[in-house]
Parts: sequence; structure tokens; C-alpha cells
Amino acid sequence: MRLTINKIFLTLSVLSALIGLGFLAWILVTLFIKGLSSFHLSLFINDLIDGGLRNLIVGQFVLAGLASVIGIPTGMIAGIYIQEYGTTKYADIIRDLSDIMMSAPSIVIGAFVYALVVVPTGGTSGLAGAIALAVMMIPVVINTTDSMLSLVPKELREAGIALGASKYKVIIDIVVKAAKVGIMTGILLAFARIIGETAPLLFTSETSNYFSLDLTQSFPSLTVSIYDLANEPEESSRDLAWAASFVLTVMVLLINLSGRFITRNKK
Amino acid sequence: MEKIFQKLSFLSASLVFALLIGIFITLFNSSKLAIDEFGFDFVTNPAWNKEVSASIQNSNIIDDDDTIADEDDEDDDAIIDEDDEDDMMMADDDDKDTKTIYGGLVPIVGTLLSTLIALVFAIPVAMGIAVFLAEIAPQKISNIVGIAIELLAAIPSIIFGMWGLYYFAPIVADIVGGYQVSLLTAGLVLGVMILPFMAAITRDSMQTTPSVLKESAYALGATKFEVIKDIIFPYSKVGIIGSVILALGRALGETMAVAFLIGSVFVLPNAINSPTISIPVAMANNFGEASGLGESALFYLAFILFIISFSIISIAKFYFLKRER
Repeated sequence: MRLTINKIFLTLSVLSALIGLGFLAWILVTLFIKGLSSFHLSLFINDLIDGGLRNLIVGQFVLAGLASVIGIPTGMIAGIYIQEYGTTKYADIIRDLSDIMMSAPSIVIGAFVYALVVVPTGGTSGLAGAIALAVMMIPVVINTTDSMLSLVPKELREAGIALGASKYKVIIDIVVKAAKVGIMTGILLAFARIIGETAPLLFTSETSNYFSLDLTQSFPSLTVSIYDLANEPEESSRDLAWAASFVLTVMVLLINLSGRFITRNKK
Repeated sequence: MEKIFQKLSFLSASLVFALLIGIFITLFNSSKLAIDEFGFDFVTNPAWNKEVSASIQNSNIIDDDDTIADEDDEDDDAIIDEDDEDDMMMADDDDKDTKTIYGGLVPIVGTLLSTLIALVFAIPVAMGIAVFLAEIAPQKISNIVGIAIELLAAIPSIIFGMWGLYYFAPIVADIVGGYQVSLLTAGLVLGVMILPFMAAITRDSMQTTPSVLKESAYALGATKFEVIKDIIFPYSKVGIIGSVILALGRALGETMAVAFLIGSVFVLPNAINSPTISIPVAMANNFGEASGLGESALFYLAFILFIISFSIISIAKFYFLKRER
């Protein structure tokens, strides 16, 4: 009897694992077949107005890049505070709040930036989109920095201080250096996460059919355009949406994999 | 220099605090118009963007989502019927000049129900995957599948939505009947989306079980099932509940995977396979055209969503995911 129950349970578990993996494989296969069949190198040369994706890809990278320029230093320094200076209750509170903020609905952050930036400046802009992404990115970077710094042995810090280095020197030259690889991986994962975001960009940057680097205007965004294209009735628009999704997924997975690759190599 | 760096790091950390308070205040301010107008009745009122006056107007939103165009005809009839009834009721207790009424009941119910469906589907499957990865599969397979699952958790949610709309929903609709865009399909796709995330953290917390405990149980003659049920689950229970709550928070706030599938109509679902709307989707599809009271009502929804997800994540944090340091 016990053995039968055991067998039934194990079969159920393997079965559910197969179901779950089957679904996920189904999505990937669909994406690759649909994406590759509409994929063409000219997608990288033309802008959306001519049926290509160049402006969107560049735009998405500019948005995510700008968000990183704002988010990475802020997040890292905040993470350093929590781990290195924060002996008080305040640091613990910040840590918890940052974890909570990491799970805040992305569309709510979009609405927040809309009210904060878009309404006062009078219209959607690339800058607003980048700010929304940065708000999403900061807690992730804080979390990574915090947990990576906590892995650095205390003795390293003590050795630095014993040599007469000031605290910030110890932090920057010893502690952060020791945790460099882990932090970099975390930042790459955070970047991969925000570059695939749609919801916070819907009413902050919107999207544009034309190539643009003007951050004060509506800014081309790959993800927002996928949403628009996929809802168009024409078959050709949908095919373009699949091709764009394929490009987006490959980008996200490559960034993700390279993050993992760095950790593995340095270990 | 030391002082400057310390101040700077303190300021950056405080930014998180400021941002959270900022989000709270901004959302509250922007929804003030709607809060003053509708108060707490907003939460229980199923009307959305409806003119209330002597002349009944069908101003209920049918979002011009082309994908549901073929079902719109039937939808329209149903909606008009409900409108008539509602309007008569409204007309009784609200007999002023023409004004537009907004209520949040439909998106709130839609959000909660789609999340519930997602969890009902995802929890057993994710547990199965986690048990498979942590206990059943050989190390090599477990590693490869584990990495694959983690990568899948990184796939942008909009792709789940597109796949769901064009490939998954037609099949579900064939089996269950009803519309392709519905609460059921939206919930299921949401479930598929949170699956890798939930499986990955559940596996992580299962793997924290000390192998000494497992080995002693095996030595006493326990079967694998008994070890999992009596040793691993009790040991990692707290972490597993925490992971489920985190996944729940993710599902509540998810926009893109649901936007393609839920149908975007402000109608309470009368069956599991009828279309409705959720808070994030209501925002995504109507924010652009909204202004004044309508926009404020959307902010009110965002405010409610923020409070719900904030409370849920806080509960998860303080009761289940306490970090040991």
C-alpha cells in the first residue's frame, strides 16, 4: 500500500513536471517558428514605418540604458549603505521596503511616473520612460548589492581598516571589488528584466514609428510596439510582432546567459 | 570624503523610502477626484463610465480590441441588457443632472478571479516540478531543467500573452466552449507565466532541507513520498508559502499576459469562460483616452491595486520570508 501511494505520487509529480515543461516548450517552439519565419535581416535596417524594427531596438536599448545610468549607481550606493553603514533599524526598514518595491505592480509604477513626470511636462517622453524603468531597477540592484556584499568575509574589512584605510576606501577598494562579479551578474539580470518590460512604458514613453533619439518626445519602444502590432487586424503586422518578440526574447536570454556565464567563469 | 560618501549612501538608501511614499501620495492625489466623488462605494459599484440621467445611454466601454471583434455582437446585446437594469436602479437613487459614474467592482473582481485561477493551476504543477527537480530527477537532468526554468522566468510577459491569444486560447475555447478571450484563458496563461518563477523558488527552499534529515528517514524505511511529505514539506513549508505569495503578488499586478486574453469589457463575468477586465488591463487600455474623472478613477484603481499588493507582499515578508542573518 505504501509503495503504491509512493508510486502514484511520484508518477503524478513527474507528470505535472512534464505538463509544466510541455507548456513552456510549446511557448518557446511557437515563438521560434513564428519568429524565425517572419525574421529577416532587413528588420535591422528599416524603421517601423518601413516595416522594420531598427528604431524600436535602438529605442528600447536607449531607454533601458538610460534607466541603468540612473538606477545602477543609485541602487549600488543604497545597497552599500544597507550592508556597510546600516547598523541601525533604519537600514533594515529600507531593506524590507526595497524588497516590497521589487514586487510592486509595474503598471502602477507607470501610473506613478505618468503623474510625476508626464503630466507636468505635458506629454509622453523618452525621459519619463527611462525614469519608470529606473524606478523598477533600483530595488533589484539594491537587493543584489546587499546580498553580494554580505558574502564578503568580515576579515577583509578588518584587514583594510587595520592598515589604516578609511571606511569608504575599504568599501570601494576592498569590499566592492571582492563582490564585483556577483554584483555584475545581478546588474545584468536586472537589465534583462527591465528591457523586456512593457507596462511601465505604455503611458510614459509610448512608442514611435520613426527613429528618434530625442528624449523629450514619445520614444520608440520595442515592447510597446509589439503590443500595438499584435492587436492589429492585418496578418503582416502580427508577423512583425512575432519577429519583434523573437528578437526581444533572444536579447533577454543572451543578456541573462552572459550574466550566468560571468559567475561561472570567475568561480 | 568619508563624510560625503556616507551622506551620499544614506541619501540613496532614503530614496527608496521617498519613492514608496511618493508613489503612495501621488496615486492618492491623482485619485482624489474619484475618491471624493465615489468614496468607498467605488469598490462595490459595477458601473464604469456610465452616464446616469433620464435618457439611457449605452456608454459602456467595449474596448476596440480587434481580436474580440467577432464576438462583440453577442457581447453588445448582453451588455445593453445589463445596462438597462442598472440604469433603472441608478435612476431611482441618483436623480441629478447627467453625470458619469465610475465603479471599480468589475476590474477588482476580474483581478482577483484571474489570479485565483492562475494559482489553482500553477501551485500543483509548480510543486510537481519542484519535487521533480529537487528529489526525483538525476543531478544532471535536474541542473539542465533547472537552468531552463530560470531562463523561462526571464521571458517577457508580453510573449506569454501573444502565445496565449493566438495558440492557447483557441484550444481552451474548443474544449470548454465560450469565448476565446475570457477569465479562464487569462487565468491559465497567467498561471503558465508564474509557473517557472514559483517552481524555481519552491525548489530552492526544498533544497535547504538538510540531507541528514532525509537520510535518516530513508534509513528508517520511509518511501520517497513519505520523505517528501513528512520531512521536506514541513521543513520548507514557510519558504514554499512565501514563494506562493510572491507569485500571487506577481500575478495580481501582471498587465501584458492578461491584456491579450481577458477581453477588456467592463462586465462582471457570469461564467468562468466569459470575458471581463482586470485592474492593470483597465489601466493599460483606457489610460490613453481618459481624462478628468475617468483618469482619476483609473488612478483610484491603481491605488487599490498598490495597496493590495503592498499588503500581500508585506505579509509574505514579515511572516514567511524572514531572512536569517
